[in-house]
Amino acid sequence: MKFAVVVFPGSNCDHDAYHAVTHVLGQDAAFVWHKDTSLKGADAVILPGGFAHGDYLRTGAIARFSPIMREVRRFAEAGGPVLGICNGFQVLLEAGLLPGAMLRNRSVAFQCEHVWVRVEQTDTPFTVACRQGQVLRIPIAHGEGNYYAEPDVVERLEKGRQVIFRYTTAAGEVTADANPNGSVGNIAGLCSERRNVVGLMPHPERACELPLGSADGLAILKSAVTSVAQGALAAAR
Amino acid sequence: MRARVFVTLKPSVFDPQGTTVAEALHALGYAAVKDVRQGKYFELEIDAGSEDEVRRLAAEAADKLLANPVIESYRIEVS
Repeated sequence: MKFAVVVFPGSNCDHDAYHAVTHVLGQDAAFVWHKDTSLKGADAVILPGGFAHGDYLRTGAIARFSPIMREVRRFAEAGGPVLGICNGFQVLLEAGLLPGAMLRNRSVAFQCEHVWVRVEQTDTPFTVACRQGQVLRIPIAHGEGNYYAEPDVVERLEKGRQVIFRYTTAAGEVTADANPNGSVGNIAGLCSERRNVVGLMPHPERACELPLGSADGLAILKSAVTSVAQGALAAAR
Repeated sequence: MRARVFVTLKPSVFDPQGTTVAEALHALGYAAVKDVRQGKYFELEIDAGSEDEVRRLAAEAADKLLANPVIESYRIEVS
């Protein structure tokens, strides 16, 4: 299958994502510049981490107006799998492709560490190769990952099983201490109502090879391959 | 004309930066400062026919870009 990795000015995890899906997973991938207007026939889209447009105004606030985002929206609306990682998640929130917003971390510090993330739902194109309740060790690296949404929105997300990753202890317990940034409900990642658009703050692409400390992130990217191969896009659900 | 747009976090939204600034002020001895909310301030030079039009354009800019309605609200002054 083919991934499109979108490159905004200030993206800095684009090559990590490209490396993970090509060299580690053996798939095809293409970089797509934010001013491009085509996703080059990709089967899945990755909005990578970084600091698109320098995080000016708000994280993801300017990137949302990049020409490629029209194509990303069209692709998402057609049921195509879209993964936003860290800054990519922030872009999806600003673009309204996922609900809510990011606040500055509760610690007001840039948090760069390995955390534990529990897989809550496996019926999305980015978790289908995971086990329900599986606890992944994946790094985070962000200053604004404190997920916020109004209580009624959070309730809707929980009811709709749209919370697909949660910060937990290594044993999979949801505790305040396991929450690195203050996110409501320990939310680390979400999916859209149609389940094909996924955003998460942790970086699976940085945890795809054991020499890097963990290969747990591979299951997330591998899920896209499985999902596309099965033709089991969330559109059908 | 100039529109001044003040963007602040909604009262229901926790402001980690404002809280940190308040703590720093307390460390400086300003015990009287009870709370700090941090926000953003924009000056927009707008070429439009009337004050109402300037206000309307500034509000449109705030709705579409300057503020994120999920977490922020804004106030506009025109002069």
